[in-house]
Amino acid sequence: MPPNTLGSTLVDSTERLGRGVVDGVASFGHWTALVVESVYWLFFGPRMRQPVRLAAIAQQMMEVGIFAVPIVALLSGTIGLMLAMQGIHTLSQFGAESQVTAGIAFSVVREFASLITGILVAGRSGSALAARLSTMQINQEIDALKVTGINPVRFLVAPALIAMIIMVPALTFIANLIALSAAGLFISYDLDISQAAYWSQTINVLSVGDLMHGLGKSLIFAVLITLIGVANGASVTGGAEGVGRVTTRAVVQSIIAIIVTDMLFVFVSTL
Amino acid sequence: MTVPTEPIEPISNTVESETPGVIQVRDLVTHYGDRMILKGIDFDVRQGEIMIIMGGSGSGKSTLMRHLLALEQPTSGSIEILGEDITTLDTVGRANLFKKLGVAFQSGALFSSLSVGENIMLPLAEHTKLDPETMRIMARIKLEIVDLAGFEDLRPSELSGGMIKRAAMARAIIMDPRILFLDEPSAGLDPVVASALDDLILKLRDAMGMSIVVVTHELDSAFKIADRITVLDQGHILSVGTVDEIKNSDNERIQNILHRRTEQEIVDPEEYLRRLTGGEFVEETVAP
Repeated sequence: MPPNTLGSTLVDSTERLGRGVVDGVASFGHWTALVVESVYWLFFGPRMRQPVRLAAIAQQMMEVGIFAVPIVALLSGTIGLMLAMQGIHTLSQFGAESQVTAGIAFSVVREFASLITGILVAGRSGSALAARLSTMQINQEIDALKVTGINPVRFLVAPALIAMIIMVPALTFIANLIALSAAGLFISYDLDISQAAYWSQTINVLSVGDLMHGLGKSLIFAVLITLIGVANGASVTGGAEGVGRVTTRAVVQSIIAIIVTDMLFVFVSTL
Repeated sequence: MTVPTEPIEPISNTVESETPGVIQVRDLVTHYGDRMILKGIDFDVRQGEIMIIMGGSGSGKSTLMRHLLALEQPTSGSIEILGEDITTLDTVGRANLFKKLGVAFQSGALFSSLSVGENIMLPLAEHTKLDPETMRIMARIKLEIVDLAGFEDLRPSELSGGMIKRAAMARAIIMDPRILFLDEPSAGLDPVVASALDDLILKLRDAMGMSIVVVTHELDSAFKIADRITVLDQGHILSVGTVDEIKNSDNERIQNILHRRTEQEIVDPEEYLRRLTGGEFVEETVAP
């Protein structure tokens, strides 16, 4: 490669890296501002006679949480069964299948329940949020809110964020119960132990800290899914094609953010 | 290719107003990147008049409307609406000012998750403490005015284009605004529906005494409803005047807009070749 070409490639790469860093910092600032503004409207909105609408929060909670219970139950139950089968099969090779209960309890409560719930909510509700906001942006509905004197963050973002913060940990808790129950059914059948013994072992091995570890992560996932959905929805350009693009991008970014955050959480908590 | 013309000298761009101006735009300049979109706009809108903002595609009329609604910030200049400069107002100040304004967008911009009635009641629900029954009655009155009574329980997706525009107008007037902004109200409608909408705009001005700003490129509609017309071209104001003044203007570009004529294209061969060759054209290459 000629030296001047190499030089310009280096300059281009450095420029791209710099622009990426600046964009990243700008996005982080934008997301932080959205969270702060949502919290501001939640607490100070009523004083300004502009409260966050409870009906909208309730509607979002139904969408994000209640309607997602069947699919969360199905997936978490399946994962509980899968972990039990795989755990017994692996541990039996060392004659340690009796330890499967502890392994599943930790895996489900600290990792799998929050992870599977986060990914599911990202695919289901994060995409819906991005699609809704981007469609509203294209149809000038966001402009209509602004010229009606209604703050779009208070009207659209705050209800979604609050609903996510309440419902994602709630779904994670439900996922914990269902995954552990499904695993318990298989373990009692396969290892011929009673349900009472299984639950007793599970409760003995787990601490409140383990439960909080999973629920704490799910809270962070909730914030990430909302912010990524909102940021992508608000940045739409073009028509229907743009809506599809930002919706896909929101899901992909949310799942990446969830998995990377999960890894960082585990790294910090196991130091 | 059009040979660049002389900078456009506005014929008349400010108003010797007999009645107080509810909107005063002064030296409004805005850029998108390096491109100057609005190039020093000056105009007033008087109390109780219908002001049409007219111009061809790319003339800057939609950009001007977005600036009047504070949806975009200008590079420089001022926009006073009801005595307040919206370019310097904070969020709360703007929200308070917007309670006195009504806006109907080109697409209608009705919220698809709400019924027609809920859409129309939304400003009342957000800005007043009226009980739900009173709000419903007020929404019904406005729907009656726009000839949509009985449609309050339908979703926007169940309405036709003309009905969406009328529902948007009902939402825009629900707070009895002092100024009503309408963006392309009759665009995409058949002539009968468009004419009915024009009659409705005249009725709103006469019955409610509103000042109405309409952005449109529909000439028939503009001539029917306008008290005065502002003609925009390439980010400049070509003229502000009554319908007769605009129709009888001797400005060639205004007449081109009114008669839907394109600019006369005078081809400069050297400039044309220079453009095709990316600026590398030199005279010797075509010299005999």
